[in-house]
Amino acid sequence: MYAFEIDRPMTLADAVKALGAEEAQALGGGQTLIPALKARLAAPARLVSLSGIAGLKGICTADDGALCIGGGTTHAEVAAGAGAYPALAALAANIGDPAVRNRGTIGGSLANNDPSACYPAAVLGSGATVVTTNRKIAADDFFEGMFTTALEDGEIITEVRFPVPAAASYQKFEQPASRFALVGVFVAKYAEGVRVAVTGASEEGVFRWSEAEAALTARFTPDALEGLSLSGEGMISDLHGSGAYRAHLVGVMTRRAVAAAG
Amino acid sequence: MPKDGGIGASTKRREDVRFLTGTGHYTDDINLRGQAHVHFLRSDVAHGRLNKVDTSAAEGMPGVLRVFTGADFADLGGLPCGWQVTDRFGQPMQEPRHPVLAHGKVRHVGDPIAAVVAETREQARDAAEAIVLDIEELPAVVDMKAALEDGAPKVHDDLTSNLCYDWGFVEENTAAVDEAFEKAAHVTTLELVNNRLVANPMEPRVALGDYNRSTGEHTLYTTSQNPHVIRLLMGAFVLGIPEHKLRVVAPDVGGGFGSKIYHYAEEAFCTFAAKALNRPVKWTSSRSEAFISDAHGRDHVTKIELALDAENNFTAIRTETYANMGAYLSTFAPSIPTWLHGTLMAGNYKTPHIYVNVKAVFTNTVPVDAYRGAGRPEATFQLERVIDKAAHELGVDPIALRRQNFITEFPYATPVAVEYDTGDYHATMDKLEEIADLKGFAARRKESEAKGKLRGLGINCYIEACGIAPSNLVGQLGARAGLYESATVRVNATGGITVMTGSHSHGQGHETSFAQVISEMIGIDADQVEIVHGDTANTPMGMGTYGSRSLAVGGSAMVRATEKIINKARKIAAHLMEAAEGDIELKDGRFSVAGTDKSVAWGDVTLAAYVPHNYPLAELEPGLEETAFYDPANFTYPAGAYAAEVEVDPETGKVTIERFAAADDFGNVVNPMIVSGQVHGGIAQGVGQALLEGCVYDEQGQLLTGSYMDYAMPRADDLPFFTVDHSCQTPCTHNPLGVKGCGEAGAIGSPPAVVNAVVDALRSGGHDITHIDMPLSPSRVWQAMQG
Repeated sequence: MYAFEIDRPMTLADAVKALGAEEAQALGGGQTLIPALKARLAAPARLVSLSGIAGLKGICTADDGALCIGGGTTHAEVAAGAGAYPALAALAANIGDPAVRNRGTIGGSLANNDPSACYPAAVLGSGATVVTTNRKIAADDFFEGMFTTALEDGEIITEVRFPVPAAASYQKFEQPASRFALVGVFVAKYAEGVRVAVTGASEEGVFRWSEAEAALTARFTPDALEGLSLSGEGMISDLHGSGAYRAHLVGVMTRRAVAAAG
Repeated sequence: MPKDGGIGASTKRREDVRFLTGTGHYTDDINLRGQAHVHFLRSDVAHGRLNKVDTSAAEGMPGVLRVFTGADFADLGGLPCGWQVTDRFGQPMQEPRHPVLAHGKVRHVGDPIAAVVAETREQARDAAEAIVLDIEELPAVVDMKAALEDGAPKVHDDLTSNLCYDWGFVEENTAAVDEAFEKAAHVTTLELVNNRLVANPMEPRVALGDYNRSTGEHTLYTTSQNPHVIRLLMGAFVLGIPEHKLRVVAPDVGGGFGSKIYHYAEEAFCTFAAKALNRPVKWTSSRSEAFISDAHGRDHVTKIELALDAENNFTAIRTETYANMGAYLSTFAPSIPTWLHGTLMAGNYKTPHIYVNVKAVFTNTVPVDAYRGAGRPEATFQLERVIDKAAHELGVDPIALRRQNFITEFPYATPVAVEYDTGDYHATMDKLEEIADLKGFAARRKESEAKGKLRGLGINCYIEACGIAPSNLVGQLGARAGLYESATVRVNATGGITVMTGSHSHGQGHETSFAQVISEMIGIDADQVEIVHGDTANTPMGMGTYGSRSLAVGGSAMVRATEKIINKARKIAAHLMEAAEGDIELKDGRFSVAGTDKSVAWGDVTLAAYVPHNYPLAELEPGLEETAFYDPANFTYPAGAYAAEVEVDPETGKVTIERFAAADDFGNVVNPMIVSGQVHGGIAQGVGQALLEGCVYDEQGQLLTGSYMDYAMPRADDLPFFTVDHSCQTPCTHNPLGVKGCGEAGAIGSPPAVVNAVVDALRSGGHDITHIDMPLSPSRVWQAMQG
């Protein structure tokens, strides 16, 4: 780890101000950034820790029924407190290990947008809204490819608003070593239609499988997916699986998610 | 019934109190006054010419004491290899120099180039980044067969090729083996890979060198399984320090699995630098460093052929193996694919003709050496896989085929040079069939199929040669060390006992089980016995712990020393009771005169030895301390039968182990609970190899699995509850305890069981599959199902 300065603001306003400094970088739960620092793969001059900001934590239900989760809420807190959206709570309960879940935050995970992370699938699959210090960003506009989002410098995720679906499930097939998603599929059924978001598979990061969405909107059963498949092209291919394998798994995990959502 | 604490009791491990409460004392817990820290700058290319190492900027960095490069070690010895293999043509293996710091060339990713010693670790690391390297990258050789082709880049320019040796065993068997294959009614052939593994002990390696200027004494604190061996190798061959001026201490060691046997560059460096700088110098490996600097294991590519006659009797085995040595010869590397592999190729079967060929190859990868089982898992895997394939091809039951060919008469001299002293392979197979509930398998398969899963059953046997080894024999085979073990038993005046053993515990529970043996022999509480190990300053010259040898060899040395103690104590007791020595009996910690009610307690005798007021001083020295060295007459031969039941998800290829049973014959057992624990750990590692672990390099020699993000370790939820049994006991015939060793069995016996089970499962689903190379990851299994 290289030496760096650290700010520990207690309010959002102070955090925004601190992030205005040159080479400043936000630090959420640190479950990605700290290992990168320890390996000397990142060398920010200044970190702004968001952990002390009480306003970023917590879970509540909005007037429109949406489940609102503060950007600084840990995975463990979501697992325990998002009972109104069981599929989301279950997803959070199965991220990483207890140490990761007790430190990692939803805002940190989304800002990082790891192509194999779980939360992006939930946010895109739910058509959630990412609320920041500057604006509200629709999930469909938020994710811009591997480790890339619509966030601008200094912009902090303050809250994520999840419309609660009638039925949903997240099915993760774990990469054997890291236990990140080799393929993870989030299926959510809303009155307006079914959304299917896939993480872990594509070189472009999380994406929606529109053919599956159309088929499932017409008929929400695993059989509706018969004959549908994705190409291995553009899928991640590595030690743990070829693009073709990942494409195949997307189909399997989608069927299982529909079956589990009931 | 064993009494509490004696032989046969499942006494709880006394050392676990400190291990489980964070009060263990590991090498990294040692911090010396004035200690400096070293950071090694390691090569990030697999093969390159080191044109220049410019350390000038680094030397001026804050806190830097000195920057060392290969030039500083050019006049010293290289890291020695402890075993010389002679090839098929009677020639010695090619043995390259292994410098402490790379000089002239770098030969694998992780090869240390320079060492920065600074006041703090971070300062040393900062300064290492300021070293300017001029490396001319050269083409790397990673694949063993490619490395042997004409014109392949040479890992060592001064060797004739990348071939370390071409070994044939037994060369004289070739004609008979070839003839048996010509006459065979059936031949089964299998080509397979035994995947490269990284040992990954929980505690990474640490070295701390210290030098006392006033006495001229060096001390090395290190994470080692064999501190005396390190003292000998480093003192005599690398740094030229006589043993009486060199102390090596290995305190609590957090796992090794073989990887902490070897003498490593970092140990020599810290010892050397401590004198050069007159400061203690410490190095603690990071996990990332461990992946590229700890010796790796396995990495064999093999073709095995099995010949059978018309009655399905095995008539011959022929194998050809390529064994990866990596870039340099690690301490015992050449012996693993030869004497610990070829000698076990008979397995549990009476195959009359066997020929094993091994080509050891240098590549631009981390050196490969022993890893839990060391050669024996590789032998067992290929043999038990080819037998399973043969059973399938012949349409016979794989258990029946094995039983038909079992060795049943002992001693049994194999065609590959070893003589099994005892065993009962039908008994362990009978036990396995019972504890694995093989009768219930068909019903369990139906249940799995009802859930849409494929279920498979895999059975195999194993035998291993442990308790290494007779020194005169291994000397003939090329070992440059003896393989005896030693113990000093020091009885204190008030009767308590301190045993200084040359064995070393890095998790095996010696402090508990060794004390149980003494307790049994004398009849005193095990609490009265303390086991000391790991410090060359207070233990007799020992060869350390590996190859499941500690109880069989080190324990035997302790028994011999204790017998001497008892003999002397008997004389003292005879004197005290004015009786003939021949009439003295020792029972439950009391000496008595046979046929009388006269007796003296153990403590009375020991006190007399140290306060010899009433003592036969004319005939007997005072004191009660004895040392024994024990050199075994033969290897020991633990054996057993294992069964794995797996479910395969046909949609994803994911394998789960549903049941696992192990029936082992370890001879006599001192502490059944510790033995079960050893088997559990071994199975976990064997399952790890079979399903999860695989060390992979790309064509440029970059390690693709350099962290836990890509190197999959087995975790608790990857494993079922194991059913283990060691009630089948044919005691070893040649050591005083009748013990055989249990540390490696699980890792040897479990990979073929798992692979046999997965192949069986896939066949049950209609897939015509004969083999999948380990690790059987979901993607590999799925790919195999695609045809």
